[in-house]
Amino acid sequence: MSQSNRSGNPFHGLWALTNRDLKKWYKEPFQLFMSILQPILWMGLFGKAMNIGAIFAGNPNIPPQLAELLMTKTFGTSDYFSYMAVGMLSFVSLFTTMFSGMSIVWDRRFGVLDKILSTPVARSVIVFSKLLSATVRSMVQAGIVLIIAVILGLKVGPSFTPLNIVGVFAITFLICIGLSSAFLMIGIRSTRWETQMAVMNLLNLPLMFSSNSLFPISTMPDWLQLIAKLNPLTYASDGIRQLLVYQMDASQLLVDFTYLGVFAVVFATIGIILSWKFLSK
Amino acid sequence: MRADGLTRVFNHDLVAVDHVAFEVKQGEIFGFLGPNGAGKTTTINMLITILKPTEGTASVCGYDLTKEANDVRNCIGVVPQEYTADEDLTGQENILLCADLYGIRRDISEKRADELLKLVELTPFKDKRVDTYSGGMRRRLELACGLINRPRVLFLDEPTLGLDVQTREATWNYIKKLKQEYGMTLFMTTHYLEEADTLCDRIAIIDHGRILVIGSPDDLKSALGGDIITLGVEGESDITDLVRGLKNVKEVKKQNGMYLIKAENGDVTAPIIIEALRRNGHTVTRLSLTRPTLNEVYLDYTGKSMRDTEESKEEFRAQRMTLRRARRR
Repeated sequence: MSQSNRSGNPFHGLWALTNRDLKKWYKEPFQLFMSILQPILWMGLFGKAMNIGAIFAGNPNIPPQLAELLMTKTFGTSDYFSYMAVGMLSFVSLFTTMFSGMSIVWDRRFGVLDKILSTPVARSVIVFSKLLSATVRSMVQAGIVLIIAVILGLKVGPSFTPLNIVGVFAITFLICIGLSSAFLMIGIRSTRWETQMAVMNLLNLPLMFSSNSLFPISTMPDWLQLIAKLNPLTYASDGIRQLLVYQMDASQLLVDFTYLGVFAVVFATIGIILSWKFLSK
Repeated sequence: MRADGLTRVFNHDLVAVDHVAFEVKQGEIFGFLGPNGAGKTTTINMLITILKPTEGTASVCGYDLTKEANDVRNCIGVVPQEYTADEDLTGQENILLCADLYGIRRDISEKRADELLKLVELTPFKDKRVDTYSGGMRRRLELACGLINRPRVLFLDEPTLGLDVQTREATWNYIKKLKQEYGMTLFMTTHYLEEADTLCDRIAIIDHGRILVIGSPDDLKSALGGDIITLGVEGESDITDLVRGLKNVKEVKKQNGMYLIKAENGDVTAPIIIEALRRNGHTVTRLSLTRPTLNEVYLDYTGKSMRDTEESKEEFRAQRMTLRRARRR
């Protein structure tokens, strides 16, 4: 076939494969609805029911100033809902990337992956498209959840500027790249979605609870603190809180970004190398 | 296309394909025939660059399989065993996706997609999601996808698996039509013997990862030693020696009071035999003529009928999946 028929653009295949995964999602409003329903339910029920601030404020023996101080000391903000709503953004990233890891299992099982492998599309593009579609999905969903959180009463901090939103998405991007690489590594080897499902169910809640997504690390026992300090979700949640609800601490934000950056690069590299090796068997 | 000592070993000790060598001429339909687990799919997977050969090499369209894998990928089309079209996308979107994977420019791919959809008669359904398609429609869509890059060699892995007789026939008509239109070489695996017999110019019978024989279906059939004439005569007298002396007759056996005569050109020989017997005062009471089918050839070489027990797990799973999806409608 003559070369002139070809676009010669390596992104051609990347976009085609990414869009294939995304189409399944945006063409199906129900799926989109379901995937953001869960964090909304968490925010609406868990976030509103666990009105920790009210425990102190409702107690006549505790002066309101002290209540406020206790809350701020523990959570960094006097409003627990704002605290956990941000955690929900990490939650969205975690769940979306997890389910995206599943799509490669399906592709393998139905022979789609083999079919793609028989075309000249670069092997790295196949891996990249999976990471990219998971990330784009997560970022859109995180955006929607953020808007809903604001509607439900998320109070932004004193140092908030609209520019911080960009930072929030940057953090979401990094955590999603890292997480989807990790799940892709698990997914690409299994031909049974049941296995993948079991791994996910095993991982999701421990990953959530061993981070500061719902509760601060400072109240955890030492051993759990250690795990939480390794958990990238901790840095994602903290980073987003610095940007949205806290009085921003630039040095802490830098730590968050650095950790997430390293996490994303390291996991993406390992994920891509391993998947690549696997694809050229 | 030629393969030379192509070998693939799984997990260090399972030899799936063992030093396979063959040549496929330009423009012919070459069939790979064998029981389940014989190594057909593994061979195809090596030829379409999904699996790396453990040993040996092959060239497809003049490109080396391992050294010029991307050139090979550009000049081949693949119609896999499974239904790989995305169920959530429409027929047209699926074809365009395939085109994108080959990096074909959108203006060209749109034109080609229309043309191919028309050819496989899916134009009225091109905007319908694939999960509303029937098994036959899906096969046709897979065919169209496999042809989007105008391949010089088209690989078909069990192209009619799980289809009913009518759909199978129709699918083959499409394949013939496409071949006529684009004049490419076809490499297919199948275990429908009659399919191989009527369609393939040449076939290779493979078992346990080795090629047992290669030839045209007719050559293979006549190599078996000709047609079988079964004959019954009145009375008890033995006609064995009489028949054995006749032209074209190669072997005479008496079995349960009937004579089994192996002869070349059975349709011409049978009247000669009858005539000879009549002249010698025998009356023929029964006569039947059997021409060997590919079935006999196949059984002669593999020594067994289709196996179920030794199926490789992976292949079995893929088959079941395809069958289930085919039946769902």
